[in-house]
Amino acid sequence: MKNAVIGNNRQKANLIVLGAVPRLLYLLQQSSSSLELRTECAVVLGSLSMGTENNIKSLVDCHIIPALLQGLLCSDLIFIEACLRCLRTIFISPVTPVQLLYTDPTVIPHLMSLLSRSQHTQEYITQIFAHCCKTPEHQTVLFNHGAIQNIAPLLISPSYKVRMQALKCFSVLAYENAQVSMTLVNVLVDGEQLSQVFVRMMQRDKPIEMQLTAAKCLTYMCRAGAIRTDDNCIVLKTLPCLVRMCSKERLLEERVEGAETLAYLMEPDIELQRIASVTDHLVSMLADYFKYPSSVSAITDIKRLDHDLKHAHELRQAAFKLYASLGSNDEDIRKKITETENMMDRIVSGLSESSIKVRLAAVRCLHSLSRSVQQLRTSFHDHAVWKPLMKLLQNAPDEVLVMASSTLCNLLLEFSPSKEPILESGVIELLCSLTQSDSPALRVNGIWALMNMAFQADQKVKVEIVQALGTEQLFRLLSDPDTNVLMKTLGLLRNLLSTRPHIDQIMSSHGKQIMQAVTLILEGEHSIEVKEQTLCILANIADGNTAKELIMTNDDMLQKIKYYMGHSNVKLQLAATFCISNLIWNEEDGSQERQDKLREMGFVDILHKLTQASDPNLCDRAKTAMQQYLA
Amino acid sequence: MALPSCQQRALRRALCSTTVPTRHCRAAVIRGYLTAAVSLLTKMAELGAGSLLTGDPAFNYHEHELNERLKRLYPAVNEEETPLPRSWSPKDKYSYIGLSQNNLRVHYKGHGKNHKDAASVRATHPIPAACGIYYFEVKIVSKGRDGYMGIGLSAQGVNMNRLPGWDKHSYGYHGDDGHSFCSSGTGQPYGPTFTTGDVIGCCVNLINNTCFYTKNGHSLGNNLMKNDLRPNLYPTVGLQTPGEIVDANFGQQPFVFDIEDYMSEWRAKIHSMIARFPIGERLGDWQSVLQNMVSSYLVHHGYCATAMAFSRATETMIQEDQTSIKNRQRIQKLVLAGRVGEAIDATQQLYPGLLEHNPNLLFMLKCRQFVEMVNGTDSEVRCFSVHSPKSQDSYPGSPNLSPRHGATNAHLHNTGADSPTCSNGVTPTNKNKSHNKYTGVSSASSSPSSSPSSVNYSESNSTDSTKSQPHSATSNQETSDSEMEIEAEHYSNGVTESSTRIMNGTYKHQEILQADDSSVGNGVADDSCSSRQLCGGNQAATERMIQFGRELQALSEQLCRQYGKNATHKKMLQDAFSLLAYSDPWNCPVGQQLDPMQREAICSALNSAILESQNLPKQPPLMLALGQATECVQLMARVRSGSCSFARVDNFLH
Repeated sequence: MKNAVIGNNRQKANLIVLGAVPRLLYLLQQSSSSLELRTECAVVLGSLSMGTENNIKSLVDCHIIPALLQGLLCSDLIFIEACLRCLRTIFISPVTPVQLLYTDPTVIPHLMSLLSRSQHTQEYITQIFAHCCKTPEHQTVLFNHGAIQNIAPLLISPSYKVRMQALKCFSVLAYENAQVSMTLVNVLVDGEQLSQVFVRMMQRDKPIEMQLTAAKCLTYMCRAGAIRTDDNCIVLKTLPCLVRMCSKERLLEERVEGAETLAYLMEPDIELQRIASVTDHLVSMLADYFKYPSSVSAITDIKRLDHDLKHAHELRQAAFKLYASLGSNDEDIRKKITETENMMDRIVSGLSESSIKVRLAAVRCLHSLSRSVQQLRTSFHDHAVWKPLMKLLQNAPDEVLVMASSTLCNLLLEFSPSKEPILESGVIELLCSLTQSDSPALRVNGIWALMNMAFQADQKVKVEIVQALGTEQLFRLLSDPDTNVLMKTLGLLRNLLSTRPHIDQIMSSHGKQIMQAVTLILEGEHSIEVKEQTLCILANIADGNTAKELIMTNDDMLQKIKYYMGHSNVKLQLAATFCISNLIWNEEDGSQERQDKLREMGFVDILHKLTQASDPNLCDRAKTAMQQYLA
Repeated sequence: MALPSCQQRALRRALCSTTVPTRHCRAAVIRGYLTAAVSLLTKMAELGAGSLLTGDPAFNYHEHELNERLKRLYPAVNEEETPLPRSWSPKDKYSYIGLSQNNLRVHYKGHGKNHKDAASVRATHPIPAACGIYYFEVKIVSKGRDGYMGIGLSAQGVNMNRLPGWDKHSYGYHGDDGHSFCSSGTGQPYGPTFTTGDVIGCCVNLINNTCFYTKNGHSLGNNLMKNDLRPNLYPTVGLQTPGEIVDANFGQQPFVFDIEDYMSEWRAKIHSMIARFPIGERLGDWQSVLQNMVSSYLVHHGYCATAMAFSRATETMIQEDQTSIKNRQRIQKLVLAGRVGEAIDATQQLYPGLLEHNPNLLFMLKCRQFVEMVNGTDSEVRCFSVHSPKSQDSYPGSPNLSPRHGATNAHLHNTGADSPTCSNGVTPTNKNKSHNKYTGVSSASSSPSSSPSSVNYSESNSTDSTKSQPHSATSNQETSDSEMEIEAEHYSNGVTESSTRIMNGTYKHQEILQADDSSVGNGVADDSCSSRQLCGGNQAATERMIQFGRELQALSEQLCRQYGKNATHKKMLQDAFSLLAYSDPWNCPVGQQLDPMQREAICSALNSAILESQNLPKQPPLMLALGQATECVQLMARVRSGSCSFARVDNFLH
């Protein structure tokens, strides 16, 4: 059987169909059969597993995994190695559920103990771990069973395969895992710090695979907070190594992984972004990622075309990700990116690509660039990026929506020339529907965009927003559990309630509800920022002609203002004083009556006291208010 | 090291005198030399001390570090031929440039009104192609008024009243705009700007003829323009406004950028290129070629039994018959044991006419024989001594029959062959230099050992004579020739003590000689003395040596008449005779000749000559291939192919 199936997938399938697997497994498990026989069985099964994905599925369905794991309990090394080889092949297949490794809690400790048996067991076991560690739970299980102490010495194994698989293990263990990463920095291998071992593995004469994986390990350790971003091993070693991985000389897969890892490494750190942006012309190097499949490969070489096509999407999304990361903080870098050949066109077409991954990465990149005032005014407008963006918003999965709506927020900023055309495209409905989403991020973005839109907007737009959103939804948002949503909703209210005619108009139609909401927030348990924002709304209302009366007739509200004027927080005092100042402003009708009423309520005394305040702003504000009485 | 001419003259006199001098006289002559040698050593010691005094220890340390780093970075560079840049050139600069701090710091001292006031300076030497990859760094100490600084490369003769990059054959990266200039007045956007505190590096890759700059240890990427760098570029910096100061680092300090890592990538690239060189279907041929190479190598060096075993195992043919191999083996053994006289006899017996047709070889052999006589190992002097001299068999470094490779071997092949087209790698200039270097080293090491005697000497001497004439200890004003006679007279008195006093010579060797003189046949003195002695310390042997030296001189003269002057012979003879001038020939500037290792050269030359006379190749193909590869790599350096730096033959020899 062994000789018949080697290298012949059809024969393997035939044997499986004929039911050889259960029989082999039976022989394998039979402790009465001789060791040679059992070993041969494991070898044949290993050979069968080398076939197609369907073969592996059939093997897994026959419960081969528990049987082989059971076989590991045998003491014979050759038999164990045969079982492990087969297990390895099965576990590295994408069709095998990795959970099967963790169902029996005794398996992992036993595998750890087998690590010392031979180079082969080391290679197979580390390879299994590297492929089966997919979630934080897996990381914890492996970590708790001493994966780090057991695998660290393998990094200096004489066998390249063992070193490489051990390295891969560490990269999956450290990914987004602070516990593992913090442990790793303190591990010594042969008297040398682990980070230094990784640095050595990144030397340029080492195999690319090793350089890249070592760079990943250090990246993950850095992102998990175990290594500082200004550490030399990051700044002078990891970052340049990853930039090299993006060069044209590398394989397409390596370029994708290199760019993604680099993007992840420098995402939170502006200094790394600045360094990367000048290293080896990275920005223009990335432009090459969009040149697949190249026109040459289409004509001359079908095989290459196929290969290029397969990786084209991956390359594009990796490049977009890296651009997004590069441009997330620094204005100069953003400028450099947008000035790269056809960059904006590429983003625009990326937004409407079929692959979700590419669309998401493209919109991330766009979002990163949209933080630049200059780009919003120039390239964004020139390339009408809002059009594909709006299209993307119509029907997209949440993760894309979050990015797209966040970008839209920036495009709706008052100075953005895209604001007008976006408004005309009926975006309000869409944004209002976002505020009803289950995802807090989407609700924030929706209301945020509306807030930006309402800033210094026409009466018409404001009315449209209020109508489309509906007061009911507005008040629902005011009681949103997410503070961000609440803040942006208050911001929206404040923007709506600006300039006198708008204030009066909105207050005349929604005055009652708004006053209620304000009362509710001022009475509720909220942060200083929320209350300040609310008092500012109140101050805006006090600026209206007719709207003033809504406050003046509400003694409860006046008492609240009085309370906040005497609050310990200067910001709240300032906002409350501002409100009073608006109420007693001289040149308006009925100012005398309001002044009198407020004097009776004791506001003058408070104002007088505030003129002595230590905060110069508050002091000025109070003096201005006092002058209204004197005039 | 050449002896002072007066001593040479005396030496020749001693060796060529037609009348047979008395043994006292000869001994006196020898002693005369010893005096001269002491004076020489004293002078050398003084010189050494002088240079030590002027050297600042910290500076020396940096110098040492610099040399170490350069050697490590550029192992393929032969600095005798192509020196590396180590500082800015005080000659090759515009007048607005000022240099300080060992010519490493550059500052601007012009008006800096406009670009017409730009000024540059080049390094002392161009970048040798054998570097493969060359790198230097410049630290911006101060950006001055406007920071118009350029760092890069330029060829000899490019106008220095400009910033690097503006003119043809000039390249530069400029701090004010971050542009790269490649032989053009308009720059290309290249990298970030740079200013005070930044460290800017410039890397030249002579393998693919590109160049890139670094900033604070980060590579900024290859120049966008395809610049076909011309050869012999100099590191260059240019400044343009007052206050601009930059410091260069040509290897004095560790570099901020990890250049060694970059080099390792290229080394790996080139090694894999060599390893993957396609040999196609000729795989089978290669095996038999390799087997033949091994077999012929074994035969060549006379590893008879091994060669036979190898040929049996691999079924290869051996051209030469076994007796011939064994004969050669015997002769080689004799030479390597220092028994050159016997080797000459054996050669003449087994290969009659060989040496007669090779007068050069014969002369070399005889010279060696003389050296071995001094050593006390040649049979002609060995037979005189009662006890076998210690220096003969117990010589720790005695090579016996193991041929050495590398520099020593290359050297020996060159010396052995009189045709300059010798295929083994090292060029004649190279050889001479390495030889000089060695003597330099040995003289340095010998000076401390002789210092006690020289101190004594100068002390007693200072009372009656000036230091400038150290050997006029007897206060006579005559020439050295007459001095010699006087000394001889003194000695002929036989008063040991007085002669010692007069000579101021407090070295042991003199006493040993005297002991020999006075107690002929009394060998006890020899054994009691632990140091190695001239001719094994035997008087008769010494006489034989002197006589042999005279014969050798005669042979030289005869050859000179027959074939014209031969500088190599002259040098060889001079070196051999010089040995007698020192109290301890083993520890003197020419003492290296006595090293048994030196026998290998002549041994190999003789072996080659024998093989050639049998119509067999005088070089084993293996060595030929090795030499060819070495030469090829050196040729690559000369034709400016940078990859030679990473394709070194030594990398493949284990």
